[in-house]
Amino acid sequence: MKIKLSLIKLLMAVTIVMVPMAVLAEEPAKGTESVAAETKLAPAPSASAAAPEAAASAAAAPVEAATPKPVDPVLNTGDTAWILTSAALVLFMIPGLAFFYGGMVRSKNVLSTLMHSFVAMGIVGVQWAVIGYSLSFGPDAFMGLIGNTSKALLNGLITFKDGNPVYTLFQNVATEPGAIPEYVFAMFQCMFAMITVALISGALAERIKFSAYCLFVLLWTTLVYDPLAHWVWMVDGWLFKKGALDFAGGTVVHLSSGISALAAIMFLGKRHGFPQERMAPHNLPLTMLGVGMLWFGWYGFNAGSAIVGVNCSDAAGGLAGLAFATTTIAPAAAGLSWMIAEWIHAGKPSALGFGSGVVAGLVVITPAAGFVQPGAALIFGLVAGVVCYGGVLLKARMKYDDSLDAFGVHGIGGTTGAILTGVFATVGATGLMSGNFKQFVTQIIAVVAAGAYAFIVTLVIAFVLDKTIGLRVEKDDEIVGLDQTQHSESAYN
Amino acid sequence: MKIIEAIIKPFKLDEVKNALSEVGIEGITVTEVKGFGRQKGHTELYRGAEYVVDFIPKVKLEIVVADELVAKVIETIAESAKTGRIGDGKIFVLPLEEALRIRTGEKGNDAI
Repeated sequence: MKIKLSLIKLLMAVTIVMVPMAVLAEEPAKGTESVAAETKLAPAPSASAAAPEAAASAAAAPVEAATPKPVDPVLNTGDTAWILTSAALVLFMIPGLAFFYGGMVRSKNVLSTLMHSFVAMGIVGVQWAVIGYSLSFGPDAFMGLIGNTSKALLNGLITFKDGNPVYTLFQNVATEPGAIPEYVFAMFQCMFAMITVALISGALAERIKFSAYCLFVLLWTTLVYDPLAHWVWMVDGWLFKKGALDFAGGTVVHLSSGISALAAIMFLGKRHGFPQERMAPHNLPLTMLGVGMLWFGWYGFNAGSAIVGVNCSDAAGGLAGLAFATTTIAPAAAGLSWMIAEWIHAGKPSALGFGSGVVAGLVVITPAAGFVQPGAALIFGLVAGVVCYGGVLLKARMKYDDSLDAFGVHGIGGTTGAILTGVFATVGATGLMSGNFKQFVTQIIAVVAAGAYAFIVTLVIAFVLDKTIGLRVEKDDEIVGLDQTQHSESAYN
Repeated sequence: MKIIEAIIKPFKLDEVKNALSEVGIEGITVTEVKGFGRQKGHTELYRGAEYVVDFIPKVKLEIVVADELVAKVIETIAESAKTGRIGDGKIFVLPLEEALRIRTGEKGNDAI
């Protein structure tokens, strides 16, 4: 159903913009043929893991760009400053998400919903340092599926020479010197891991037992997020080697969390009284504040991800600027398109609708932020608003209870974005519009593989938790509210 | 002595209060209430989930007045609370047996 929906939109978009996009697509192809070394984490020596994919499309790549020598990394303080800032910006998205979700639940569950995001900062913050970073970005342990444990406890990021500390550098492109301390890279990535699992909580809100949620966070991050990050972002991950494009986490973050949300609610079930009882948002101003914080933080999420951009050794340069621009354009257009779709379909333009549209636009542009140009970003945004509006309506139609539309926005938006990236990519990679059909297929493979993996493993986690400690609170506790029964607090006194 | 209960639209409260002050009323009790009458409720729509809101917020005034003021007060409220649209509210008049000012112990009309 959802695939059908997004495919229809996709076709629409393609036909509407055939002419201008064809022009857009040609231009950059002249300048940047060397779509080669997509290097996520490149410890200096492994330069030759480079151009397997791009060669197929860019057969006419110039010979001189063939094999530049790897060089030693040199600390770039400007890049370091920007990634430090970006990491903090991404962290700021988590309270933003907490408010976004918190405003949408009933007043008896607002603290519990805020805690779902905040406790994820705690659990994943610890998990990431202990093992998560190593499983995601450590050297490959097995077939490009997961990292080994050699970087457990962030081991090796600092060494001592004659008693003086030496900080390991993270160099994105092995043939260029620009680098940042790996500590900075590890912490930037840590924020992504924190927010991803918190996104799922939107589907679980108002009925999950807090103890079960905490275990879910730990298990999901370890068993789903860490492997996926390794597949897609690590130089020796299997999807990375296939050339799957995911600039800032459309597949790893949004698709995976959205699909997992759907899997988790299969065991969790509907809220008591859904859908007859009134479950209107209790504080939409809180939600709108959350939207603003998310958009603000998303500049770190997307523009910061230039640190791992294809062929880009500058974290704070033109590519970051491009990602910044697309991260402005797409959500702006998506807010409008959701608002207008709702205006036509339901009669009134709602604040919640505009806010949801902005978030949908941010989700959809995430995998493409540094691969597409502003014209395409506009299309991403317009498609995002309409497709995700359709996604949340699907819930009302099909009567499953994804409380706050984690699947409707992140699952459907993430999928749409990942596929559209394979259509409109023109910067550092090429997509369908530039005649690269292979990229489009690769994107579909990445979506299906990541989606299927996340769905199945989440089903298993949810099943095990349900059979052991139980996922849900008692019915009486649910009626009284989770704030009081899970936390012995109330939000408004 | 009578007690006058008036249920009015919330945004009319200030107008009604000022009008009542002008005719010499010195005390009003105000309660925020919800209910429905002929105005019925309305529907709210959140991401496609539709909720019918049956009970509409209103304000209830309770005013205790001496018998000779009753007609004047009713007229004042009816005039100042009127918009002419459905949902303007209602006024009820009930008999009142006794009143007492706690501070001084005054009773009856003196306590109003």
